[in-house]
Amino acid sequence: MTTLTLNSLQKTYANGTHAVRGIDLEIFDGELTVFVGPSGCGKSTLLRMIAGLEEITSGDLMLDGSRINDVEPAHRDVAMVFQNYALYPHMTVRRNMSYALQNRKVPKAEIDRRVVEAARILQLDELLERKPAQLSGGQRQRVAMGRAIVREPKLFLFDEPLSNLDAQLRAQMRVDIRKLQRQLRVTSIFVTHDQIEAMTVGDRLAVLNNGELEQIGTPMEVYSKPASEFVASFIGSPRINIVSGEVKAGTLHVDGFELPGFSQISDQPVKVGIRPEDFVLESTAKMSLQIDLVEELGSDELLYCVSPTGLDYRIRRPGGSGHKVGENITVSVISEKLHLFSSQSGKRLN
Amino acid sequence: MKVLWVRYQLLNHLLLILGVAFLALPLWMVFASSTHDPATIIRDGMQLGLSDQFFETYLGVLTEKKGFTEQVTASMMMINSMILGVGFAVGKIIVSMTAAYAIVYFRFPLGTLLFWIIFTTLLLPLEVRIIPSYKVVADLGMLNSYSGLIIPLIASATGTFYFRQFFRSVPDELLEAAKLDGAGAWKFFIDILLPLSRTMMAALFIIMFVVGWNQYLWPLLMTTDESYSTIVLGIKSVMQTIDGNRLPEYNRGFALAILALIPPVLIVILFQRWFIKGLLESDK
Amino acid sequence: MPQIAIIAVFFLWPSFEAIQLSFYLEDPWGLSNEFVWFENYQTIFEDPEYVGTLIATLIFSLSVTFLSLGLAMLLAVQVDGLLRGGGTYRPLITWAYAIAPAVAGLVARFLFSPQIGPIYDLLNPDGEPPWFEPALDSIDAWVVITSGAVWRQVSVNFIFLLAGLQSIPRSVLEASRIDNPSGFSRFWSVTFPLLAPTLFFLMVINFSYAFFETFAIIDTVFPFGPPAGAASLVYKVYVDGFKGADLGGSSAQSVVLMLFVLALTVVQFRYLEKKIHY
Repeated sequence: MTTLTLNSLQKTYANGTHAVRGIDLEIFDGELTVFVGPSGCGKSTLLRMIAGLEEITSGDLMLDGSRINDVEPAHRDVAMVFQNYALYPHMTVRRNMSYALQNRKVPKAEIDRRVVEAARILQLDELLERKPAQLSGGQRQRVAMGRAIVREPKLFLFDEPLSNLDAQLRAQMRVDIRKLQRQLRVTSIFVTHDQIEAMTVGDRLAVLNNGELEQIGTPMEVYSKPASEFVASFIGSPRINIVSGEVKAGTLHVDGFELPGFSQISDQPVKVGIRPEDFVLESTAKMSLQIDLVEELGSDELLYCVSPTGLDYRIRRPGGSGHKVGENITVSVISEKLHLFSSQSGKRLN
Repeated sequence: MKVLWVRYQLLNHLLLILGVAFLALPLWMVFASSTHDPATIIRDGMQLGLSDQFFETYLGVLTEKKGFTEQVTASMMMINSMILGVGFAVGKIIVSMTAAYAIVYFRFPLGTLLFWIIFTTLLLPLEVRIIPSYKVVADLGMLNSYSGLIIPLIASATGTFYFRQFFRSVPDELLEAAKLDGAGAWKFFIDILLPLSRTMMAALFIIMFVVGWNQYLWPLLMTTDESYSTIVLGIKSVMQTIDGNRLPEYNRGFALAILALIPPVLIVILFQRWFIKGLLESDK
Repeated sequence: MPQIAIIAVFFLWPSFEAIQLSFYLEDPWGLSNEFVWFENYQTIFEDPEYVGTLIATLIFSLSVTFLSLGLAMLLAVQVDGLLRGGGTYRPLITWAYAIAPAVAGLVARFLFSPQIGPIYDLLNPDGEPPWFEPALDSIDAWVVITSGAVWRQVSVNFIFLLAGLQSIPRSVLEASRIDNPSGFSRFWSVTFPLLAPTLFFLMVINFSYAFFETFAIIDTVFPFGPPAGAASLVYKVYVDGFKGADLGGSSAQSVVLMLFVLALTVVQFRYLEKKIHY
C-alpha cells in the first residue's frame, strides 16, 4: 500500500523564481499518474522534489502518512528513471542494477535473485555483463528501468524516460512501461511534455502549467471535460478550435452564429472550444466555411477552413471523403459538445 | 597540375625533414660524442659518428661515485629523479582531483572566495614564489628530504582546473542517480568519479611526470645534500666541474644528459596519444 | 567535509606566507623583520642593472615566443598539408617536449662552446679575435640562451598548432579553395584568423615559459653566472636572494614578477571569456 500526498507544495528558487506554486494532489496506491505540461511548467521540479533531489520550500510531502520532506533521497524508498538514463558508464549492466542494493547492504544472494528476476522481466538476461556503451538506446532504457525495479521501491519516478528514443521505439516502450507497471502494481509518477504519451500511459493525468495544477483526472475526463482553456488546448491533437464569443441571455453568440441553451451561464464574454471531430456536416447547418487546405491522414482527414469573418477552423472527418480545396461546406455543432471558458480566468463555465 | 602538386608535397617533406633534423641533430651529436673518448672530443670537437666507448662511459657514469662529494652515482640520481617524477605526478593528481571535486560538487560558504584565492595564488609559478616557498620549507625542516622536494611543487592550480573541466562534463543526473542509490559524497567519488577519470589521470600523470623529472630550480635550492640530487641537477655539477679539469670528461657529461633525457622521452613517445590529449586539455 | 579543510589549509598556507613575505623585509641573518612599505621597490627600480635586466628579459621573451611559434607554425602547416604520412612526423617532433630545460642548456652550451662547439667554429671561421664570444659578450650570450630556449619549445607549440589546424572544419577550407586561388593568401585570410585563439593562448604560454622556465638554461649554459647583462629576472631573483643574501630586494623583485604573472593571467582570462561568449 503506497499513497503519496502533496500538501500545498511550493518551490521557490534563491533567485525568486516560483517553479511550483502550491500543489495539492493525492496519488493512489498502484496507479500511474502522469505529470504533463509544456516545458517550464514545473513538472520535472515537482518530480525531483518528490525524489528528494530538490529541496521543498514549503508544504508537506507525505508518503504513507509520514512526512518525508527532509528524508535523504536514498532513504525515501523511491526509484527514478532519468531522461538520459544516467547509467554508470564504467559498470556492467549487472553492477548498474545491483549498485543501490550493495549500498544498502542487501545480502548478495538476494541481490542476485532480484537482478536475475528484473533481467528476465525486461529481457536483459543476455546483456548483464555488457557496459552501457555497448547497448542500444532501447536497451539502455530497459537497464535504467531494471535499476529501478530491483530496488522494489514504494514509488517509481519516470523523468521523461522516452524522449531520447526514436518515434517507433518510443511507442513500443510506452506500451512496455504500461504493461510492466500493471504487472508490478507499483505506484508510479511519469513526467512527460508529450500529451499523446500522457494520454496513453497514465491512469490519471495531472496537467500542470506555470507551476500550478490545472486539472487532475483520467485521460478521458481531461479530454472531454477540460477544466480550463489551457488544458483544452494542450490536450488533444489536432488542436482544439478556440474562438471568442459572448453569452447573452442564455444564448451563445459566436462568429456570427447563435446557439441557444446556455441559460445556466451569466452574461459575459467567453472563449469557445470546439474539438475538430465535433463538427457535423449537414446541408441545413448554420456555419458556412470555405476549405483552405486538406490533409489526408489515411483513416482521417483534416480540413483547414475559413469562416466568412476570416477565422480559421480545423475539422476532422473520416478519410476519403473527396473534399477539395476551395469548396464551400456548411457545418453545425452540438451545444453539449462545446467547451465554454471564462474570458478572464480561462476556467470552464459549462 | 599533377607535377605541381607532387612538387608541393616534396617541399612539405623537405621542410619537415629539416625540422626533425633541427630537433634531433644536436642530441644526436651529444649521444655520438658520448661514445668517444674525451681526448678525441677535446681534439676534434663534437662528433657525428659513433665510436666504441659506449659501454665503458655509460657503465662508468651509472656506477662510479662522482659529484662534489664523490658520493653519488648517476643511477642514484636517476632513482631520485624517478621518485621526484612519480611523487610529483601522483601527488598532483591526488591534490588536484580532490580540490576539483570540492569545487565542483560542494557549495559551501566562502566557496567562491576560496576558489579565487586558490586560483590566483596557485597560478603563480614556483619560480616566482620561490623565496617564500623556500622559507616555509626551511622553517618546517624539510630541506634535503623528498617531501620538501615534492610537496611545494604540487601546489599549483593547473591540474585542479583540468579535473574541474572534466568533472563539469559529467552529467548531473549521474550524481542524482548515485544519491538515489544511496551513495554518499565519498562513495560517489570512489565508485563513480574515480573510475570515470582513469584516462584523464593517466594523461595528467604522463605530463606531470615529465614536468617533475625536468625540475631544476627547486631541487637546486632544496638539495644541498648530494644524495638527494636528481639527474637533471647532475648536469649542473658536470657543467661546473668540466671547465676546471685539465682533461674534461665531456663524454661523461654527455652521457649524463642522455640518461636524463631517456625516461621522459620514452614516456612521451610510448603514451603519445594520452600525452597529447592531456596536454591539449590541461592548459586550456 | 574534513578533506576540504585540509586542502584549504594546505593550499593557503604557502600562499599566505608568500603575501606576507612580500610585505616584510628581513635582513640577511633573519634577525630583524621590518615593515618598510615600498622602499625596496623604489630601490630596485632606481637600479639601472635591474631595469636593464627587465628590458633584456622582455626582448628575450618576445624573441623566444616569436621564433619558436614561427618555426612550430612552419612545421605544423607542413604536416597538416600532407595528404599522406603526416602521422609519421608527429612523434618525430612531439618527443622533444620531454627535453628538460637543463638538457637544452647543456646542448646549447656545448654546441656554442669555444673548445668543442661546431657552431662556435662556424661563427668564428677566422679565429683571432673571435667575432662571436658568448662568455664575454652579453648579446652573444643571449643568442646561445635563446637558441636553447627556442629549440626546446618548438615541440609544444607544434602540438598545439597542429591540433588547432586540424580542428578547423574541412568544409571552411574547401569553401576558401573555391573562393581564393592563392594558397598563401588563403592561409593569411582564412586559416590564420581561425587559428588566432590558439595562437594567442600559445603566446601567453611561451611568454611565461621564457620568463620563468628558462632559469635552468641560463644556469647550465653559464654555471658560474652569465656575462653582465645576460641574466633574466628570475635568475636575478635567485642570485640576489640566495647568493647575495639580499632577501629584501629579492622578494621585492618576486612581487614585481607576481604582478606581472597576474597581469598576464588577467589578459588571458579576459580573452578566454570573450572567446566563450563569441
